[in-house]
Amino acid sequence: MIELFNNINASFCSLFGINSYLQGVIIMVCINVIAVLGMSVLTGFTRLFSFGNAGFMSIGAYATAILTVRYHVNFLLAILLGACFAGLIAFLLGSITLRLKGDYFLITCLGFGECVRVLFNYTKNLTGGSAGFPGIPNFSNMLFSVICAILAFFIAWRFIHSKYGRNLVSIRENEVAAEAVGINAFRAKRMSFVFSAIYAGWAGALYAGYLMYIVPASFNLAKSCELITTTVIGGLGSLTGSVIGAILVTVLPEVFRSMSNFRMLFYGLAVVLIIMFRPQGLYGYKEFSLKRLIGFFTGKNKKAKAEGKEGA
Amino acid sequence: MTNNNSTPVLEMIHVEKHFGGVHAIDDFSVKIEHGKIHGLIGPNGAGKTTIFNNITGIYAPDAGQILFNGTDITGTPPHRIAQIGIGRTFQNIRLFANMSVIDNVIIASNMDAKYNLPGALLHSGQYKEDEKKLREKAIDLLSVVGLQDKLDERANSLPYGHQRKLEIARAMALNPKLLLLDEPAAGMNAEESVELANFVRFIRERFDITILMIEHHMDVVTNLCDYCTVLNFGKTIAVGTPAEVKADPEVIRAYLGS
Repeated sequence: MIELFNNINASFCSLFGINSYLQGVIIMVCINVIAVLGMSVLTGFTRLFSFGNAGFMSIGAYATAILTVRYHVNFLLAILLGACFAGLIAFLLGSITLRLKGDYFLITCLGFGECVRVLFNYTKNLTGGSAGFPGIPNFSNMLFSVICAILAFFIAWRFIHSKYGRNLVSIRENEVAAEAVGINAFRAKRMSFVFSAIYAGWAGALYAGYLMYIVPASFNLAKSCELITTTVIGGLGSLTGSVIGAILVTVLPEVFRSMSNFRMLFYGLAVVLIIMFRPQGLYGYKEFSLKRLIGFFTGKNKKAKAEGKEGA
Repeated sequence: MTNNNSTPVLEMIHVEKHFGGVHAIDDFSVKIEHGKIHGLIGPNGAGKTTIFNNITGIYAPDAGQILFNGTDITGTPPHRIAQIGIGRTFQNIRLFANMSVIDNVIIASNMDAKYNLPGALLHSGQYKEDEKKLREKAIDLLSVVGLQDKLDERANSLPYGHQRKLEIARAMALNPKLLLLDEPAAGMNAEESVELANFVRFIRERFDITILMIEHHMDVVTNLCDYCTVLNFGKTIAVGTPAEVKADPEVIRAYLGS
């Protein structure tokens, strides 16, 4: 089945002249898009910060790797199970830590991410330890990754635009008021946490299937930070913003390859600048819309706004 | 859930709440009959908002019992309190500031929506039907409070008086049987207070609910409340109709006279 997929992908890519380097970039973009969408639901829409999502990525990656290599599970099922396993862990962790307020939750996530990494380093028999886990089938071709990213966006969009998404946003806006209108903030937060972990696990599974070899060190704190900064850059409270942020953060280092050593420095700088000058992120609370873009260029929006002000 | 006249909508029996050595509420009892507007008055720090927070589960009382339609609700968490039919507003308005006016109201009726997660992802028939109903209900409520022209404006862009009304509309979206209003007339001038009093009375008639309100403006209380309780330093110093309370010498000394 993987071969068939890869053949379709190969003919698709040769048809459009996409070389393997470009394919690699697109696959990494898709993986980051999925992880950042999960982060966006958690941080952008619920205002919970997690520095442990790389941990969930590694859980998804290792679960998928072990299932496909040791137990010869079909890769689709393995991805699904890997993502769900990450979600299950988030459910258990969230049940304990989400009753903590603000910063304490963040700290426990940070600790969790590091624990997972160290655990995978030590469980040599299962994960290969720090030497890595080789021989994962190469199922994350470009076409499949793109399909996954689109599906992930679609699900996140519908999730956010339902009562579940509204519950999360109301908690972000005012938790006391959310409780006062009958929302169980604890359960809603846990749902958001599980959602983001499933996405992280999904992204991790694709990552394993792309590199065919994973080491615990790829899922360190820096990766978690990267996910958070990407979400902040894209805009807290915008799914489309997150996608654009993930694309930028993945593609720009490729474009400025020669300076890639300073990547983290640029992230830091970008976050500081954005927090100073545009705290709502590139997109803020708005979603990308073609209508507004056209309005922006034709100047219609400004006019409408000015009229609105006069009316008020 | 029926309301025979013998069971009060809200009954608080010897409720106490201490913060360290401070007796925020000391032996507070009240009975509120269906359809009445009951006022809680008293100087700052008298314990009025603490009483609200005890009813709505933000605090659990240290002693005493709170009954809602005859059911013991002492120490029930806030979201459960909202679900069983007690809506509230806040002294310092707490809206979902960055959301649209209509979404503020829709959120409060989220529990009317029966669809599940797969339904939401696949946009099932139930999802569409529920979402449509929520929207219609929100528009209805916003028309009642006169905000039907501002559906898509951001909540924090509304003028102050409208924000108060939006908060009431949001509380009403819970289909409450009891509405708790925390200083609805705060920051309003005399004219606006009169308008607000008429509005509260209208809400009561329209939705057939019972109201417990905290209020500083004595004229609003006299105008609006059937009964009131006067608090000072957590202690109840008078209970009765506004006219009776106003004539009470201890009330005059503690509050009105100053």
